[in-house]
Amino acid sequence: MNNVKYISMVNITKTFGKVIANKNINLSVNKGEIHALLGENGAGKSTLMNMLSGIYIPDSGSIFIEGEEVKFSSPKDSIQAGIGMIHQHFKLVEVLTAQENIILGQKTGFFLNKKAIREKIEEVQRKFQLEVDLDKKVYEMSVGEKQNLEILKVLFRGAKILILDEPTAVLTPQETAKLFIIMRKMKEEGCAVIFISHKMNEVMEISDKITVLRKGETVKTVDKEKTNPQELTELMVGYPVDLSIKRLEKQGRKAVLRVRNLRVENEEGIEVLKGLNFDLRAGEILSIAGIAGSGQKELCEAIAGLYPVKSGEILFKGENLVGKNPKEIIAKGVSMSFIPEDRLGMGLVAAMDIVDNILLKQYQKQKGFLVNRKPATSKAKEIIKKLDIQTPGIYHPIRDLSGGNIQKVLLGRELDTNPELLITAYPVRGLDINTCHKIYDLLNEEKAKGVAILYIAEDLDSLIGLSDRIMVLSNGEITGIVEARKATKEQIGLMMLGEKINETEGAYVV
Amino acid sequence: MELVTSFLAAAIVAGTPLLFATLGEIITERAGNLNLGVEGMMLMGAVIGFQMGLVTGSPIMALLAAMLAGALGASIFAVLTISLRANQVVSGLALTIFGTGFSGFVGKELVGQVAPDSIKMFFKPFSLPGLGNIPFLGKVFFNQDLFVYLGYLTAVILGIYLYKTRKGLNLRAVGENPGAADAASININLYKYVHVLLGGALCGLGGAYLSLVYVPAWQENITAGRGWIAVALVIFATWNPYKALFGSYLFGGLDIIGFRIQGTDIQVSQYFIDMLPYLVTIIVLVMVSLRKSKRNAPPRGLGVPYFREER
Repeated sequence: MNNVKYISMVNITKTFGKVIANKNINLSVNKGEIHALLGENGAGKSTLMNMLSGIYIPDSGSIFIEGEEVKFSSPKDSIQAGIGMIHQHFKLVEVLTAQENIILGQKTGFFLNKKAIREKIEEVQRKFQLEVDLDKKVYEMSVGEKQNLEILKVLFRGAKILILDEPTAVLTPQETAKLFIIMRKMKEEGCAVIFISHKMNEVMEISDKITVLRKGETVKTVDKEKTNPQELTELMVGYPVDLSIKRLEKQGRKAVLRVRNLRVENEEGIEVLKGLNFDLRAGEILSIAGIAGSGQKELCEAIAGLYPVKSGEILFKGENLVGKNPKEIIAKGVSMSFIPEDRLGMGLVAAMDIVDNILLKQYQKQKGFLVNRKPATSKAKEIIKKLDIQTPGIYHPIRDLSGGNIQKVLLGRELDTNPELLITAYPVRGLDINTCHKIYDLLNEEKAKGVAILYIAEDLDSLIGLSDRIMVLSNGEITGIVEARKATKEQIGLMMLGEKINETEGAYVV
Repeated sequence: MELVTSFLAAAIVAGTPLLFATLGEIITERAGNLNLGVEGMMLMGAVIGFQMGLVTGSPIMALLAAMLAGALGASIFAVLTISLRANQVVSGLALTIFGTGFSGFVGKELVGQVAPDSIKMFFKPFSLPGLGNIPFLGKVFFNQDLFVYLGYLTAVILGIYLYKTRKGLNLRAVGENPGAADAASININLYKYVHVLLGGALCGLGGAYLSLVYVPAWQENITAGRGWIAVALVIFATWNPYKALFGSYLFGGLDIIGFRIQGTDIQVSQYFIDMLPYLVTIIVLVMVSLRKSKRNAPPRGLGVPYFREER
């Protein structure tokens, strides 16, 4: 059974304008196999899978399913061939219910025969143990629920080959565990599962085979049993990489930022920050851990002057920032970079090139009526070189770059303003290991210069490895500030759920 | 009482061209295309329908010609915005200008001509058996001409189509999130073309009602801005064909209230009355924009051209 080559993609090439996304890629997957596709950002994983699901058409190369060559000119052809893809950005219609999303585009009868179809959907749900409330509108669902719905949708359409494009990037650890149960169930049912990820531990946990891509080319396909994270990382990056995170010694002692009794209300009048007190010293990395929506975003935006403060003080070098506008706050040496879930959106303009995006902030230092592009152009070249950004050129619209490269542009620009206080939220969201480490190095470089860094991230391992102290937020309150050197994941996990630690070391010590 | 029923019945007549145009624009916008050429398509339908009516004397031929003319206008918009992915606002405005010029050009010889008697007879009000005898409601709603009944029918059919059928569900998905619809193997461009053309045909019918039944003679710029009110009515109706019925008749009433008041002792400036429909339009738009709910929101893909390989 396992010897049937279910899908094979041979010598696939695809270009977008000047960007070569895929170059002579080969991939084959068997039935009942979970096959991980591993690669850095921009290695061409998503592009390859979009061709398998009929969204992109390859420039050259062939796709075979069970030995027969297929040509997909639209997603329809691919669905008919039994391929279902769960996209990174869900393909769901927000205003419709789960059930309506599932029956969308199905061809059975003229009227919506809801009852008959419902039974069929529930049968699929039982088979794969998928919990989805069929009458719920999509816009009321959490990310995990939406993902389950997406999976149910493609399985209902009879998918035998399931492609998951970075499914865990937006999930909590609990939701990820559930997803893996479903994936194993599909494997038992004889489906082929292709799993795109760059989280090494997940790839090692769930997959049978791993294909590594690098810069649009296949590097190697390996059995999970015969490999290890170190080897995979080397294949992915192309040279040996040190996976440990460096932690520099704390530099200064002077408190740069003091937050006192900070209270913030959201639009509905609900208190989202409930009296925060903390200090951040020069040359220190203070991380914030917490379940998504615990007030991290509001805290960042309150400091940057983007969110109205109800009461309390934000003292930056002794001066209260409350009531000042973002421009004044930036001028004082505070920089904020927030990477939202969809990566683009905040801070950068997708249709503009790197130079113009840098200019957005840089021009404010210039005098006169006309804008001088020269400093921004040289900065763009500098940032590309320093952060190793993959782009056809500085005048290429950033929307054509991969997510990771876009993030590097944003961070590069923010660091360039030489801030004294750097707030960076989710800078490594969705990035591969090598790029993550590049960004950790950058942060450490800033720390060595004496910059105070407020660092928000999801990955607890990196939080513990990189930062000096970790502040845990739960439901708008600080449940504790701990020394990162002594912290454990379990302890932080409990605090994230709201358990308070009484005697915390390092808190409020100036 | 007599006065009220006759006013309401007249409001429905005056609202019927608005209803067809509004329904046409609803179906167009549900496919994710904002066609601001309603006024132009109405004028094209009005003049071609009238011309065909004059030549053949056949009401059916006149209506078919009007629909065809409206669809023809819409096809210009469709090619520009769907296949060529041009800006929808600009394309729609161009269509309005084109339609206005087209109707002026074709209608030059027709000015002052009256619709033939065969057509006037065909669209004479008649009482629907049974329904027409209901007190009050029968007088208002069911002692009308065939065209008005066709309006009720079209609204109900479109409502059922949108909310109860698979094709309707697919259409809503196309307008909301073409990417998701595409992934569900729905032919986006086909859906867009069919509904933009259908919408144009309905706008053409709305125009034909003006020239063949309401006036019934040809005059320059016979629509007098009704196409723009229809665009606003789509928002008022929150893209729902049933609510379009109510909105159209309300605005029909506002349209004729001036004449009616002249017959009474009430003293109101004519200019104020002429202003009413536009004033109410502004008020309605403000109110609709204030209540923000997902249910009443415009189709999310409205105005955005769809290109599958876009990143």
